[in-house]
Amino acid sequence: MAAQDKFSPVDVLSEVEEKFEMLQILNEKGEVVNEDLVPDLSDDELVELMTRMVWTRVLDERSTALNRQGRLGFFAPTAGQEASQIASHYALSEGDYVLPGYRDVPQLIWHGLPLTKAFLFSRGHYKGNQFPEGVNALSPQIIIGAQYVQTAGVALGLKKRGKENVAITYTGDGGTSQGDFYEGINFAGAYDVPAIFVIQNNNYAISTPRELQSKAKTLAQKAVAAGIPGIQVDGMDPLAVYVATKDARDRAVKGEGPTLIEALTYRYGPHTMAGDDPTRYRTSDEDSDWEKKDPLVRFRTYLEGKDLWTKEQEEEVIEKAKEEIKAAIKEADATEKQTVTGLMELMYDEMPSNLQEQYEYYKGKESK
Amino acid sequence: MAQMTMIQAITNAMATELKNDEDVLVFGEDIGVNGGVFRATEGLQEEFGEDRVFDTPLAESAIVSLGLGLTLENYRPVVEIQFFGFLFEAMDGIAGQIARHRIRSGASKKTPIVVRAPFGGGVNTPELHADSLEGLMAQTPGLKVVIPSNPIDAKGLLISAIRSEDPVIFLEHMKLYRSFREDVPEEEYEVEIGKASVKREGEDVTLIAYGAMVQEAIKAADQLAEEDIKAEVIDLRTVSPVDYETLVESVKKTNRAVVIQEAQRQAGIAANVVSELSERAILHLEAPILRVTAPDTVYPFTQAESVWLPNKDDIVERAKETLEF
Repeated sequence: MAAQDKFSPVDVLSEVEEKFEMLQILNEKGEVVNEDLVPDLSDDELVELMTRMVWTRVLDERSTALNRQGRLGFFAPTAGQEASQIASHYALSEGDYVLPGYRDVPQLIWHGLPLTKAFLFSRGHYKGNQFPEGVNALSPQIIIGAQYVQTAGVALGLKKRGKENVAITYTGDGGTSQGDFYEGINFAGAYDVPAIFVIQNNNYAISTPRELQSKAKTLAQKAVAAGIPGIQVDGMDPLAVYVATKDARDRAVKGEGPTLIEALTYRYGPHTMAGDDPTRYRTSDEDSDWEKKDPLVRFRTYLEGKDLWTKEQEEEVIEKAKEEIKAAIKEADATEKQTVTGLMELMYDEMPSNLQEQYEYYKGKESK
Repeated sequence: MAQMTMIQAITNAMATELKNDEDVLVFGEDIGVNGGVFRATEGLQEEFGEDRVFDTPLAESAIVSLGLGLTLENYRPVVEIQFFGFLFEAMDGIAGQIARHRIRSGASKKTPIVVRAPFGGGVNTPELHADSLEGLMAQTPGLKVVIPSNPIDAKGLLISAIRSEDPVIFLEHMKLYRSFREDVPEEEYEVEIGKASVKREGEDVTLIAYGAMVQEAIKAADQLAEEDIKAEVIDLRTVSPVDYETLVESVKKTNRAVVIQEAQRQAGIAANVVSELSERAILHLEAPILRVTAPDTVYPFTQAESVWLPNKDDIVERAKETLEF
């Protein structure tokens, strides 16, 4: 008998890949395609989720415009990712920790970060990173993958304290190629800690397509390497993202360990506003295909079908968002300028002698 | 008082703080039931339990980042990197994350993390075990870098490091682990981070050293004394920040200085000490400040350590050069 009759690595691979079929509840037309999995959300909750997604779309549009006017700095567009960002966050509780990547500012805002601070983060002001007490989160992580290993630690802390909370973190498709990505999910698995790892697979890491990151057919199957559950969801479907995250959270707080969630999503805008031009690597056909999958469109249709959402309601959310953004920018403008001595004070709990000496020098300069 | 080696003093410091503060956690590769590859954590898991003292998977980046994550729930991690040559795996975790954690949160978060790691040559280790990489740490704003040279300092400095709200890199020279014993107080005490110690007073030349080079400097001072040259030996103890006050005071008296490190000439911290001293004490200097360092090659193959590592003879030679300048 040939060896391949007994054991075929090729078969094993295809069997693994079959296990990670995309979970969808709402299709592109807003129709329920998986009745059994429709989450138990009240009408108010459904409306709130839609409100947050619309608000976040406005935030993206306004942030892009404000960036072009020079009134914001670093900004990574989020349009298209509302379901993966907002619906996953919607499954969390107040005491949960959020460890975002640089594109995940919306989750922080809905977790309690004042909008003014989010804008100060964009501009590069330390006050943007001073989170209010009780907002359990870190500021957006620039080093891709670092948030994953840190999340394992936060979740271990929660487990040790016996808290019924989780730590959630986000990275992109490119980020799954990092060592820290793997170390993070593997540590969380080895310690069986309450962590949720989300991959927002938007097909591109700047200009590099998802296929160039890995031959793996899904990114969710990378969970297998850590021995933890993994699931691929339609990241343009708010209900599917919510259900997957809620399920992961429920299991985590019961002590059943971490989960890896891959959300298939898309960003309509460029990678960041720092000169990236997506027309160099994406086709307009591809863009319009994904626009048909817009999470707002399908959720709007779904809610309209349930008589829970109207055009007027949406207009109201948009207006309110615009006003709040205007007020927050104004407040950010009024924030005091940073000083060198101010930065020095933030460095250490106990200032070392070299900084003490430099402090005196800059204090002198600043008082002139 | 009890006679202790440096490694026993280090274990004693961790036990002291595990007892004092239930938020202190000790973890790393093989530090639990095994008691560490050098026995630095011997008996700690047995005494304090697996919740407080525990092993990790083999991945340095995640080990230090686990520490950062744990601070969010107010733990005080004492993290071990098995050999400091493995720092490169953890460089983002330490220099890119831990060192910046306080300022990047606008001081809304603290970073009470100690990263302990053995390093240093003269004990025939394989590749990338003995490298002196303190220079990389000293160049990173946000960290404090401590290198004890004896059991008494090791205990007091480690207790201070664990109690510090700032991250401390605590580097333990392998050759010093068991090379001699000292009477170490059994009770708790702190040695202030950022303060040098004058190991021997002298008027003719200041020998500034840290780590294993302190013993070499003392031996050199003994030899110089035979020729009636009185060398003052200063142990930096903390290489970031450096205690320039103590150094300047000494140089004002001796007017000559030699800075001694085991690291390569282009590495370590000696160049920094020389430039600061020339800015602060040039008018007190009778000769250029010279350095004793290793050559600028990769850390040597084991059998070449004896010809490569700086030793007391190099120190004597350089000290005389400053005296004869």
